Amino acid sequence: MLFELREVGLDRGGRAVLDSFSVAIPEGATAIVGPSGAGKSTLLRLLNRLADPDRGEIFYRGRPLGDYEPLALRREVSLVPQLPALLEGTVESNLRYAAELAGEELDVEETLARAGLDPSFAGRDVAKLSVGEQQRAMLARALAQRPAVLLLDEPTSALDHAARDAVEATLARLRRESDLSLVLVSHDPEQARRLGDRVVEMPA
Amino acid sequence: MSTTSIHVELWQVAASLVLVALAAAISRWQRADLERDIVVATGRSIVQLTLVGYAIKLIFEADTIWLVLALLAVMVFFGAVTARHRADKVPSSFGPLLIALALAGASTLGLVVALGIFDPTPRYLVPVGGMVIGNAMTASAVALNRLGDEMADARARIEATLALGATAREAAAPTVWRALRSGMIALVDSTKTTGLIFFPGTMVGMLLAGASPTDAVRLQLILLYTLLGSVSISALVATLLAYRNFFTPAAQLREL
Ligand SMILES: Nc1ncnc2c1ncn2[C@@H]1O[C@H](COP(=O)(O)OP(=O)(O)OP(=O)(O)O)[C@@H](O)[C@H]1O
Ligand SMILES: [Mg+2]
Repeated sequence: MLFELREVGLDRGGRAVLDSFSVAIPEGATAIVGPSGAGKSTLLRLLNRLADPDRGEIFYRGRPLGDYEPLALRREVSLVPQLPALLEGTVESNLRYAAELAGEELDVEETLARAGLDPSFAGRDVAKLSVGEQQRAMLARALAQRPAVLLLDEPTSALDHAARDAVEATLARLRRESDLSLVLVSHDPEQARRLGDRVVEMPA
Repeated sequence: MSTTSIHVELWQVAASLVLVALAAAISRWQRADLERDIVVATGRSIVQLTLVGYAIKLIFEADTIWLVLALLAVMVFFGAVTARHRADKVPSSFGPLLIALALAGASTLGLVVALGIFDPTPRYLVPVGGMVIGNAMTASAVALNRLGDEMADARARIEATLALGATAREAAAPTVWRALRSGMIALVDSTKTTGLIFFPGTMVGMLLAGASPTDAVRLQLILLYTLLGSVSISALVATLLAYRNFFTPAAQLREL
């Protein structure tokens, strides 16, 4: 089992964002759907320890998540957040930063192509990208770390159909060519079915 | 340096209050709504400076280093208390500020004494210490105020950087850098324009007291460089200690 959550609870602002939430997420691709505010983004942040639960337990590959060194865990279980937030500079400098942190070699063109971006994006200033382009640059940056698990929070929410299809094709290919696992939040049930081997519904 | 002294009569101080009245009148006329603050500020300046004047007189007369150190310690403490209000978006800022002011004061005063620039006597240590600690307080307050604002603005970017496996220090680096810079920039800028746009206080005081312009300029330069040192140390120490308080030991952003 990739992840296992047992009776997980987390409070924010005096109320429970997650309460007694249990789920098992095997290797492969899992899509998470649920209404806005259900706690989908919060769940992903728990999985790479950007936050810790107030109650319950989370296991990653059978071991408690707290046993993993957080920095190493985050390079292995890479989160692409819902809102793009790149570092100042060019797209390439963002990719290099991520690759260096993970100690990985970087092929800029190849990494950009995997996220559906053409090579001309390498030198572009991130402050001058559209939101959809930033979203793909964020995906490329995560891929530059060659993670074992990708946590994707609404990765195509700002993309048009063509760009969305390109990203979905990349994700499908990555899964075929490597044993990358995906945990993907989507508000689109169609996309959840297209990309997910299984779909987890989060209650409101 | 020549020892000079002038005598200021009480009526001269009272006469200068005319300018305070003028300030209050302008505020009232233009509805700046600062009359109350002006009155309070004037009252506090009279009481505080008079008390400090007596304290300094006692310390000069007692002529022991221990009283000087006690006075400087009190200044560091109240400096940290004051700066903490300006840094209200920084969690637990008091400790970092206290350490920053103490280190800035101790190292700069220690250096000027060790280099033989000033004698370790109350006559030098009290006024120089007061300036050093006062400027260190302003610089660290500005730096931490900026740190609080920047950390709030950059939350999403910092968390996205942590998500790549960066350490708290790496993720906060651009923010810490900007905060440090804003703490130091005011004094660096005023050092650049000193003598052109404004006459620094020490020089004005020495000229008024009848010192030669050469002495006044030399002493002013020494003090400016001393202040540059203390301002850099306090801003650096305060930001480097305070940014950690935004993170948990597991390199997560704290909920504030
Ligand atoms: N730091 C916080 N303080 C207060 N409330 C919070 C905090 N973080 C999250 N919440 C609340 O927790 C709930 C779940 O948030 P979360 O972002 O996980 O939802 P989501 O399922 O991802 O929603 P969406 O589909 O809109 O992105 C929301 O009601 C949100 O307002
Ligand atoms: Mg969300």
